[in-house]
Amino acid sequence: MSQTMLQIDNLTRNFVKKLDLAGRIAQKLGADIREEVVHAVDGVSLSIDKGGVVGLVGESGCGKSTLGRMIAGILPPTSGRIVYKDVALTDMNPLEAKRAALEIQMIFQDPFASLNPRMRVIDIIGEAPVAHGFIKPSEMQDYVSDVMRRVGLDPDYRRRYPHQFSGGQRQRIGIARALAVKPEFLVCDEAIAALDVSIQAQVINLFMDLREDLDLTYLFISHDLSVVEHISDRVVIMYLGRIVEIAETDDLFDAPNHPYTVALLNEVPRVDQRGLDYKPVEDEIPSPLDPPSGCHFHPRCPHATDRCKAERPQLREIAPKRWSACHLNDGT
Amino acid sequence: MTTPAATLDVRDLKTHFFTKAGVARAVDGVSFTVGKGEVVGLVGESGSGKSVTGFSIIGLVDPPGRVVSGEVLFKGQNLIGLDPEQMRRLRGDRIAMIFQDPMMTLNPVLRVDTQMVETIRAHDSSVSKADALARARDALGQVGIPAPDERLRSYPHQFSGGMRQRVAIAIALLNKPDLIIADEPTTALDVTIQGQILYEAQKLCRETGTSMIWITHDLAVVAGLADKICVMYGGRIVEQGGIDDVLDHPVHPYTRGLLGSVPGHNTRGQRLYQIPGMAPSLLNLPEGCAFQARCPRADAACGVEPSITEPVPGRAVRCFHPHLDQDEEIGA
Repeated sequence: MSQTMLQIDNLTRNFVKKLDLAGRIAQKLGADIREEVVHAVDGVSLSIDKGGVVGLVGESGCGKSTLGRMIAGILPPTSGRIVYKDVALTDMNPLEAKRAALEIQMIFQDPFASLNPRMRVIDIIGEAPVAHGFIKPSEMQDYVSDVMRRVGLDPDYRRRYPHQFSGGQRQRIGIARALAVKPEFLVCDEAIAALDVSIQAQVINLFMDLREDLDLTYLFISHDLSVVEHISDRVVIMYLGRIVEIAETDDLFDAPNHPYTVALLNEVPRVDQRGLDYKPVEDEIPSPLDPPSGCHFHPRCPHATDRCKAERPQLREIAPKRWSACHLNDGT
Repeated sequence: MTTPAATLDVRDLKTHFFTKAGVARAVDGVSFTVGKGEVVGLVGESGSGKSVTGFSIIGLVDPPGRVVSGEVLFKGQNLIGLDPEQMRRLRGDRIAMIFQDPMMTLNPVLRVDTQMVETIRAHDSSVSKADALARARDALGQVGIPAPDERLRSYPHQFSGGMRQRVAIAIALLNKPDLIIADEPTTALDVTIQGQILYEAQKLCRETGTSMIWITHDLAVVAGLADKICVMYGGRIVEQGGIDDVLDHPVHPYTRGLLGSVPGHNTRGQRLYQIPGMAPSLLNLPEGCAFQARCPRADAACGVEPSITEPVPGRAVRCFHPHLDQDEEIGA
């Protein structure tokens, strides 16, 4: 433990909607039109230890998937640094960069959209290891069979197409594809959200087994708090592009600090809670195009003060291994 | 379990789909009752027949599907075989339905007020337009939409997902129905928004005495909301009873497996129980109990279809080997 695998410093990603010609002319003529900027991820810092499972939780539009994609190298950040094994991704030489790209693999939410429907399973899983020289083309049959067995698929099915599998099996193919290049770090973006409960349990167990067998590190992105509570060592809560709280799983669920975390935990339905009197959080999630000033959560927060409207709270360590971004922790 | 005051009494309902590949028995002998003001949770995984049950009650089964036999007694009147005109009068008036995706059920080119006034006047043309508008506004206010006067003049795309679902619920409420069938109404929503919708639904049943059938795959949602639960598998209700009884002391092996596979704070770090295999295709269900291939207790007796028994008072179970000893391990 405690060897840092991945470190993120002040990572930001903006999406800008450029003005069209008419807009630019109108702007030149003095109209109050500006480019629309979405701060999908807004100054996020985080470190992930080797062998750990970090759960990243948030509602739609909080930037959790964007963050995952930047870590997996699919999306370049606007600013900030991603440091993998003590070297920043931007400072790596091409060889190192290629190695890092292989070692960080991603598993996607929708096993229907993320597998090429015109490729056979053997090619889906075997293409990358051959292309990157892990195995010779002649070894592909055996290699793919091994990987398939590892994720609980019958190797006899390797010549089939993705549509011939059920949702749960397809997700296993996606996992096998990621494992085929011997990764050390897996980014799972809502990897089990589309599955039925009984199949979900099978895939969660598979993730836990793989973690032990292959010594993997996970970033587990989900909107489902019960799944995250089950699987993670540490939990990161995001709201509108910013991290609001980071804590060890037990600490977070026993005593959430940030008002948003408190609200989120209250709202999670649980099997052991019956006949609830729901007391919902007021209002909607604000648009990321026009986030509230200061603390993004203040319009919905029952404890908001004037300071929350004006000043952005910084993520501070409020207890060992525990960070929260809330002015209330200052005792004011 | 029938009480004389039951709003809905479904008796041995069978809905089959006559496809080219064979007959899919989507609903195969389902019986349950819904009392006045009662919330019944209909729970199951994909393909268990829970949605088709809802559609059969409200008469919206499309060919090649057909209600083959059974009775749906709504306040004493059998809805099966009712002529289409009479059914149309009931639908949207005495029985309303809320769907998973409100974007699909609201007309995108009509303003909300037009759609709401239409719903009222279609069932009672004597209501003046002004009165209908006033009722529409009240209904929007009732489901917690701020500034209902303004929102009446909006189009569906101008609402967020949660707000749109509220509009759909408001439309369902317009004619003060006796029964609302809600088919996965919160599945597409974020946790805090789901909490808001559950709050509105609960308030509604308590205040107006409306009965509700809540169809979902999420046991935790049903746990907080419902009075009674029906667990479906392979087109049949395998276990039904009071919500506390079933969730705390499940006796059917499928219910036990399902509850065991839900992650939560009691399961941290442990392996989840996984139901082996996957749900069988409705086209070739095995003879007898549909769950036998995945059931740890199955034996030769299970080759015959189990009839409904009452192994515990107040519980209806389809199983030859119910778990009467609750201390046994799941899967034993």
